[in-house]
Amino acid sequence: MAHENPWPNEGNTGHIWDEDIRELDNPPPLWWMLAYYAGFVMVVFYALYYPSLPGPTGHTEGLAGWTQIKEYHDDFDVLKQWRGEKFAAQEQALASKSVEEILADKNLVNYAVATSKAIFGDYCAACHGSGGMGNVGYPILADDDWLYGGDAAAIYQTLVSGRLGNMPAYGAMLSEQQISDVSDFVIAMANGKAEDSSVAAGKDVFNNIGCAACHMPDGSGMSFLGAARLNDKVWRFSGDKAEVVKTIKHGVNAMGEKNTRPAVMPAFAERLGDKEVKRLAVYVHSLGGGK
Amino acid sequence: MSEENKMTPKMDYDPSRVQNVEVGVSSTLDNIGVELLPIRVGGDTVHAKRMGGFFRNIKWMIAPIWLLLFLGPYLRWDSHQAILWDIPNRQFHILGLTILPQDIWMLALILLFFAMALAAASAIAGRLWCGYFCFQTIWMDVFTWIEEKIIGNPNKQAALDKAPWTFEKIKLKGLTHLIFLTIGLLTGFSFVAFFTDALQLWQDIFSGTASSTAVTVILVLGFATYFFAAILREQTCVGVCPYARIQGAMLDKQTMVPTYDIDRGEPRGRMKRVRPGEEAPKLGDCIDCNLCVAVCPTGIDIRNGQQLGCITCGLCIDACDSVMEKLDKPLGLIRYASLEEFEGKIQPPLFKRPRVLVYGGIMGFAGAVLIYGLATIAPMKLNVLHERAPLFVMLSDGSIQNKLTIKVVNKTDKMMQVKLSADGIADMRVEGDVELLNVEPGSVGSTTMLVKVPRANLKGDNTPVHIHAQDVLHPELVQTYESMFIGPK
Repeated sequence: MAHENPWPNEGNTGHIWDEDIRELDNPPPLWWMLAYYAGFVMVVFYALYYPSLPGPTGHTEGLAGWTQIKEYHDDFDVLKQWRGEKFAAQEQALASKSVEEILADKNLVNYAVATSKAIFGDYCAACHGSGGMGNVGYPILADDDWLYGGDAAAIYQTLVSGRLGNMPAYGAMLSEQQISDVSDFVIAMANGKAEDSSVAAGKDVFNNIGCAACHMPDGSGMSFLGAARLNDKVWRFSGDKAEVVKTIKHGVNAMGEKNTRPAVMPAFAERLGDKEVKRLAVYVHSLGGGK
Repeated sequence: MSEENKMTPKMDYDPSRVQNVEVGVSSTLDNIGVELLPIRVGGDTVHAKRMGGFFRNIKWMIAPIWLLLFLGPYLRWDSHQAILWDIPNRQFHILGLTILPQDIWMLALILLFFAMALAAASAIAGRLWCGYFCFQTIWMDVFTWIEEKIIGNPNKQAALDKAPWTFEKIKLKGLTHLIFLTIGLLTGFSFVAFFTDALQLWQDIFSGTASSTAVTVILVLGFATYFFAAILREQTCVGVCPYARIQGAMLDKQTMVPTYDIDRGEPRGRMKRVRPGEEAPKLGDCIDCNLCVAVCPTGIDIRNGQQLGCITCGLCIDACDSVMEKLDKPLGLIRYASLEEFEGKIQPPLFKRPRVLVYGGIMGFAGAVLIYGLATIAPMKLNVLHERAPLFVMLSDGSIQNKLTIKVVNKTDKMMQVKLSADGIADMRVEGDVELLNVEPGSVGSTTMLVKVPRANLKGDNTPVHIHAQDVLHPELVQTYESMFIGPK
């Protein structure tokens, strides 16, 4: 810092470094200052117009009555109205046509599939997984194995009134050995070895104590009752022997049985309305295994 | 403060050699030897004198390129506009070629090519773009030509600027500015007409049914053209255009730009008749007629050297040459020359200049990829999206199923009926809606393909498969997509 100011008349602040670098005291440009003052004035109007000032009982509402969530709802209403107008014909068709009729119209199927992802995510994916990939204890919807039938009408009926699986618990009726034998037989059946002599004892139990009444002697199941098909590779619960034993011992939704397997599909007709149920039926049908 | 500031460089210019340098703007700047070349920053409008010459002719020859902007929208090709950016339908038509958004990457290469062309041109010969091609300078050139036709020569124009507002002045000024505004709005219209059917746009505008977007863009561009070319004029080149500001970094000592031959020209002075007994003053070839300043569209003095305001249009070369011709002196007192040339060095050939090589190399790369892209642009595009939830499912018979979403883009203007198939794994079965997929011209057809493979035939969890698409109506249109079949580990 210099002790005397060699540039007394140029309006510097007297701060001088390295002999000639000075800090000048120039005013900001006029337009800049005007914008600055205009900013102050603006704040007053802003505070009056928008909710801004906190008080003991809440904040001021603002002259415009504007809130962020209100703007969001307004915009969303605009979007809903736009969608309603743009897709009125498709929505009308979904409401009036049957599921079979919808499936015959490829464009309508594409529309139903495209618009049902959110509702599937909200109501179905919690159990059946996104894309119908299934979950422990909950059926996969993307494969071709269906408990109650995989055609569009059956899927629609499943969604409308729900399903309640039912298999008696055999733990009290059969001995441990019998349960083990029949489990071996069921597992062999899934692998196409039902006629092996090693599982003949299990086959005997299967045919005599009532399994075959619902699951059929060849294990092809009965979709009318929701009796699972046993002669295929897809398991309703699990193909491990311990799990098969558990299912046979405790049943499915068996009354009074503490360890029974739960298998409940809720009814959605009242909750979602017929149109949405049809939309979902078409979507589920499209997931990969619809018949 | 020491007696002498050691940091201060000595003033190394000779004020008698370089005139018109603004000395005294700031004593501080003078002290440290910074020259401020005078740049016009507003004030009086530059009214440049117009005269013929070599570079003037070149300017007139190049300017009609811009007629393409005005006439281009009316060219037709088959049943559509020859050049059409159809934004609502996401299609770009250029002659017989339709480019869909999938091929828009080529636009990046076009931009790269021209950016590098600009850089290369700057390295070789300065602001070629500004001087001869730029819409700003060409519109300005046309506008000042109109001004001269209506108001008269530059002196009359300047006098009219200063004259009081009489009826005559309102008439002349009003007429010129009306024409400027009309040209401006036509410019805006022509630009918008590349994005929609031009004849329809005329109809819509006169029937008042044109979209507000189109009208807004036409008005904004129209008034911008008017504002930049008729009001701001050369100030656009000096103060608004970013290229003017970065050109200093693009020029080097080998760049050829209009340059005043200071050794030949100085000391400048007007020729006087030497009286007997008087010694003839030793003067250079420059007679200080200021014609080079008078013709400059940006109002600079080229004799101060290459500077921000110079758009290298060469009009000062024309002016100076016309004077040299009358004086029977060699032409080229102002000429396209590089600094090294004046230093007595020999200009290296283009292929030995790294800047030119690098710029040219990138240009060549962009151009080659662009040509490859245009040559191999497929009329059909096949995209396969693998379902992620679930990646695969096991079916009743133990085989593994993958679900694929197939998208077929039809880039032609004819209907497609696409047959889809897949191979790659033994005993593969394909189901789903894959028999015949109808795809409208310029749109995307979408369907679902279910691929089923016996588990025993899968070697690992990922197996490559090929998805084929063939247009039944034009069997030569075939596309293959390499996808993965995913199974259990």
